[in-house]
Order: sequence, then C-alpha cells, then structure tokens
Amino acid sequence: MTLLLNGEPQEVAAATLADALAELGYDGKIVATAVNGDFVAARRREACQLAEGDRVEILAPMQGG
Amino acid sequence: MRAFYGFEPKNRLFLGTARYPSPAILADAVKRSGVEVVTASLRREAGQDKAGEGGAGQAFWALIRELGVRVLPNTAGCHTVKEAVTTAHMAREVFGTDWIKLEVIGEDDTLQPDVVGLIEAARILSDDGFQVFPYTTEDIVVGGRLLDAGCEVLMPWGAPIGSGRGLNNVYGLRTMRQHFPDIPLVVDAGIGLPSHAAQAMELGYDAILLNTAVAKAGNPALMAQAFAKAIEAGCEAWQAQPIEARDMAAPSTPVMGKAFLS
Repeated sequence: MTLLLNGEPQEVAAATLADALAELGYDGKIVATAVNGDFVAARRREACQLAEGDRVEILAPMQGG
Repeated sequence: MRAFYGFEPKNRLFLGTARYPSPAILADAVKRSGVEVVTASLRREAGQDKAGEGGAGQAFWALIRELGVRVLPNTAGCHTVKEAVTTAHMAREVFGTDWIKLEVIGEDDTLQPDVVGLIEAARILSDDGFQVFPYTTEDIVVGGRLLDAGCEVLMPWGAPIGSGRGLNNVYGLRTMRQHFPDIPLVVDAGIGLPSHAAQAMELGYDAILLNTAVAKAGNPALMAQAFAKAIEAGCEAWQAQPIEARDMAAPSTPVMGKAFLS
C-alpha cells in the first residue's frame, strides 16, 4: 500500500506500523510516531494497523531552541 | 532561587541547541558555559539520514546524552492545540521527560504565542502529567490563567524569537515579577547580548532561555560563557537588592567635614 510518510508517498508491504518501521530501516532508532495526526506510542505500534493513504509521521530528536 | 518543578540548577542559562555551525561547537558552548539544561525538538529526518548509523537525529541524541545535560523538549512550530499536544506526547516518549516547553504560535512574522491556544494546551498537558514550561507573553492575566491550568513556571518573551532585541517591555516584565513573586519566571526569546540577560536577572528572573545569540555569534562557545557570567552577575545583583533609581544627584562622598576653600 502507499502511505504518506513524512509528507512523501511511500510504498510498504507491511500491514502494521511496527512492521513498516522495520521495513523502512528504523529498527533500533529513537523515533516517535503518529498516524493521521494522532500519537502512536511505541508499545502500540504492533497493534496499529495501517491503511492505504494513511499519514504516518516518524520524528527523531533534533536540535531546537 | 525558585526551583523548576523541583529542579534547582546552579546555572541559570538554559541553552537552545539549534543553528550552531557544527555539533562540536554546540558541545563546546555547553561545556564552556556549564549549562545544565538544553532545549531540543522533534523533526523529520532527511531521506538519506533516516536509516543506518548516520541519522542526524540519532547522532544529536547521542551527543546530548554524552553531555549529561537535562533536556527541555519543545513544541516549536506548532500552530494549533492539537499539533502541540501530539508533539508533546511524542517528545515525552523520545526524550523520557515530563518537561515540555510549550509553544503554540499565533503569528508568523513575530512568532508571537497564541495565548488562547497556549492555555488550552497547557491544561490538557498538565492534566496528563506533563510539567509545562509555557512560552508566553508578559501579560499577567494570561500568566494567571496558565497557572490555573497547572503550569508552575512561566516563560515570557523578551522580544520575538531570534530578533536579538533584548527586553522590549521592561515595565511588563517587572510587573510580572512583582505579580508572581513565588513563581519561577524565565525570559525566553529575543535576547541578543549578555547585558540583556543580566538586565532580566536584575529584575529578579530565575533563568534565561536563549539560542540564536549564542549559536550565531562569531565564537559561540565564548559567547555562551559570556552569557553564563552575565546571568550569574545579574542573579547576584538581584540578591544584593539594588538601589532605586532617582532623578536628582545624591553625593556619595560625605558633605560633612568638607573644607571651605573658596
């Protein structure tokens, strides 16, 4: 299916958010996730089923003021 | 000095981590100034950075942990309550802290806070166990509402973010200090020079949060050190109880005993 990942179209085979993160190379990375504007805690990623066109945000620690 | 949700730093400079020429220079600025609290954000990583060991975000987080400083995550760039609350939840998970520098921006030219949205977001987050540091204005009515919402710290702006203008409304900031004598107050944003920071501390403020004035200086580490010294001096001046200004001269050398020589 095609997701909107961080604002860009992204094809994934995974059906859950946890599997999508692994497929996209985020295993072991410190990131936070949201789907369609709602925070998805790390412990809920396996249960988070993705659907065509979902807006997925994967955010990492970054410099800030 | 007043504590921040139970935390009482020796160093009253809170430093932003953005816009430095390099991570190494950021690290030098933190070390040289003795800063104990830094701000951080959450952002999308660029495509080539997202996987593998070279992710910029992962490297940044490793650097912060190595420095051993406390992190104050922000909700920078959020324009709605929903965005800010969601970002705060994401930050709590990533940074492992209940602290959140809450920004809800209402206007893009000045980056002035949307204080209505700010109060609503502060209430939602405080009810959810966050320890909120709201980026606000010097409006004492808004300040009162933020305290009612559960905030135990207020962070009025000195001037628009990144402007370097210093304290635009000294009267308002002084009034805020007098109106909330027991609340930790931080001047956040708009500071350009160490003298601005010292001035805020001389008003009785508890800390200064700044970023651009250090990060964009020609020598960030030296400037960070200069700010730390100015803040310490301003803090001691406040504790020493400054004199009141007056319009007319008052001779400091005793008049009594002066010779008549004319």
